[in-house]
Amino acid sequence: MATVEIPEDMELVFKYPESLTERHTHYCPGCTHGIIHRLIAEVIDELGVRERTIGIAPVGCSVLAYYYFNMDFAEAAHGRAPAMATGIKRVSPDRVVFTYQGDGDLAAIGTAEIIHAANRGELITTIFVNNAIYGMTGGQMAPTTLPGQVTTSSPTGRDVETAGWPMHMAELIGILPGAAYVTRQAVLDVPGIRRTKKAIKLAFQTQLAGLGFSMVEVLSTCNTNWHMGPVEALEWAKEHMVSYYPLGDTKMTDEVRALKEGK
Amino acid sequence: MAKELWEGNAAIAEAAIRAGVEAFFGYPITPQTEVLEHFSKRLPELGRVFLQAESEVASINMVYGAACAGARVMTSSSSPGISLMQEGLSYIACSEVPVVVINIMRGGPGLGNVQPSQGDYFQAVKMAGHGDFHPIVLAPANVQEAIDYVVLAFDLAEKYRTIAMVVADGAIGQMMEPAEMPPMRPVRPPEERPDWALTGAQGREPNIITSLYLGAENLERVNLRLQAKLKEIAANEVRWKEYSTEDADLLLVAFGTVGRVCQTVVREARKAGMKVGLLRPVTLWPFPSGRIAELAEQVRGVLTVEMNAGQMVEDVRLAVEGRCPVRFYGRMGGVIPLPDEILPELEKLDKEC
Repeated sequence: MATVEIPEDMELVFKYPESLTERHTHYCPGCTHGIIHRLIAEVIDELGVRERTIGIAPVGCSVLAYYYFNMDFAEAAHGRAPAMATGIKRVSPDRVVFTYQGDGDLAAIGTAEIIHAANRGELITTIFVNNAIYGMTGGQMAPTTLPGQVTTSSPTGRDVETAGWPMHMAELIGILPGAAYVTRQAVLDVPGIRRTKKAIKLAFQTQLAGLGFSMVEVLSTCNTNWHMGPVEALEWAKEHMVSYYPLGDTKMTDEVRALKEGK
Repeated sequence: MAKELWEGNAAIAEAAIRAGVEAFFGYPITPQTEVLEHFSKRLPELGRVFLQAESEVASINMVYGAACAGARVMTSSSSPGISLMQEGLSYIACSEVPVVVINIMRGGPGLGNVQPSQGDYFQAVKMAGHGDFHPIVLAPANVQEAIDYVVLAFDLAEKYRTIAMVVADGAIGQMMEPAEMPPMRPVRPPEERPDWALTGAQGREPNIITSLYLGAENLERVNLRLQAKLKEIAANEVRWKEYSTEDADLLLVAFGTVGRVCQTVVREARKAGMKVGLLRPVTLWPFPSGRIAELAEQVRGVLTVEMNAGQMVEDVRLAVEGRCPVRFYGRMGGVIPLPDEILPELEKLDKEC
């Protein structure tokens, strides 16, 4: 990336967060992973913890997340990021550890690992990107695919009689005693993006304060595998996903609330 | 340090503590649960990390994470649990982080039973996970060796940034014998963790630990590097023990528990007038092929004895390369072959060649 001199009469108002590399991502045009990456990077910059943060990438579309975050990173086996994060955090308790996981990774193959990490109250933060489909393998049914939603492995729409119901992970994890802060947000419009950033910041602050496990589920889109334009995908998600997956906190302990309110 | 009476599994855990293990992640499974139990008491009192995971899948990935963070770390399990860890072992092998794994093998396949077995030789030596790699595999035949090889496993794992596996069975794991513990090594402080470890990118470029290499040539380069390292290990780390091989004209090859039984067989066969020697591989990988090939020039025949359907015998045959007949005797399901049944096999071999 070329650097330019800022003229004296101008000020720099927008730049790459230090926690992001300037590498171009491999994500499809219209994908919301880039937005979520940036929100995490901004939060890590604001908290001043980049040099002591270790991230764990999942298997899925964001498998190469370590190219885009400017910090130490590991690449986990499919679904195992919370176990890897547990191993890192337990031997490095003064470091900030987060996992970045999609819906197949967290809510299907890695269900045991996320539930138990949350239940142990591991001092890690999970960013859970829910776009209701397997993106990287080309649009198969995910554990979070909506009833009736057509995918390449539910060609006539998800039939809950045979394929079961979509998993509400924020609700499931919210009831666990080890979870201190669990919330569901959406990056489908600017106000939602702003709220998501606040949630991500509170999740990392929960970890830094040693209050317990924290997770932000982020409703997201996959316009490519939904076979829609980016704007249409955002509208579809607002209409269909938000009604099925209600936004808001499913867990906030009193300590986290005090942290949020600056007490 | 004086000898004390140690149970094999507890001795393995204590030896790891003496070797400076910083963290243990595991899941209960017979016949190795005493390893986990010993750690559950000792590690917290020493201010180190003990965690009972929700599964072997989780334990190996916790081990993977802690190893990426540069900590000295291990897990322990038994056959079905090791099967669950194979995914993680493959990722660890490709990521080149040092990890120690104990397998107190039990009868299989399936749930099998908890009796002593060597049915996981192939799994440990040939295919500890998908893709091309070998862990270093150490096979003790008594409690003292179990202690010594656990310490050695940490040194080798860290020297080569690889997996070192110690394989034994319930006979060794649950037997009590007099044995001597090594002195307590100091635990490596976090600030002395290796420079490749994930410790936070403070004043340096980020470290990335991955096993993903897109592009055929790219991944082939990684494989070539891994193979070069395995070659170096094979050249430097082969270990075995020999008994009465100087004048032997018949050779027994056996490891672990039945390797120890075969030491008795050698004595009894000699009393019966047969000139029998024993080679007991200590490293199952790398395998002592070179020494077996040398002995194959000297002896009339080789009898391999195992507690399985015949697994290591394939490596013995590859080493012997037709220089002399190679026969096999084995028991399965947790049955330990005894001298009374091995001796007639030697007599058959004696007459045959």
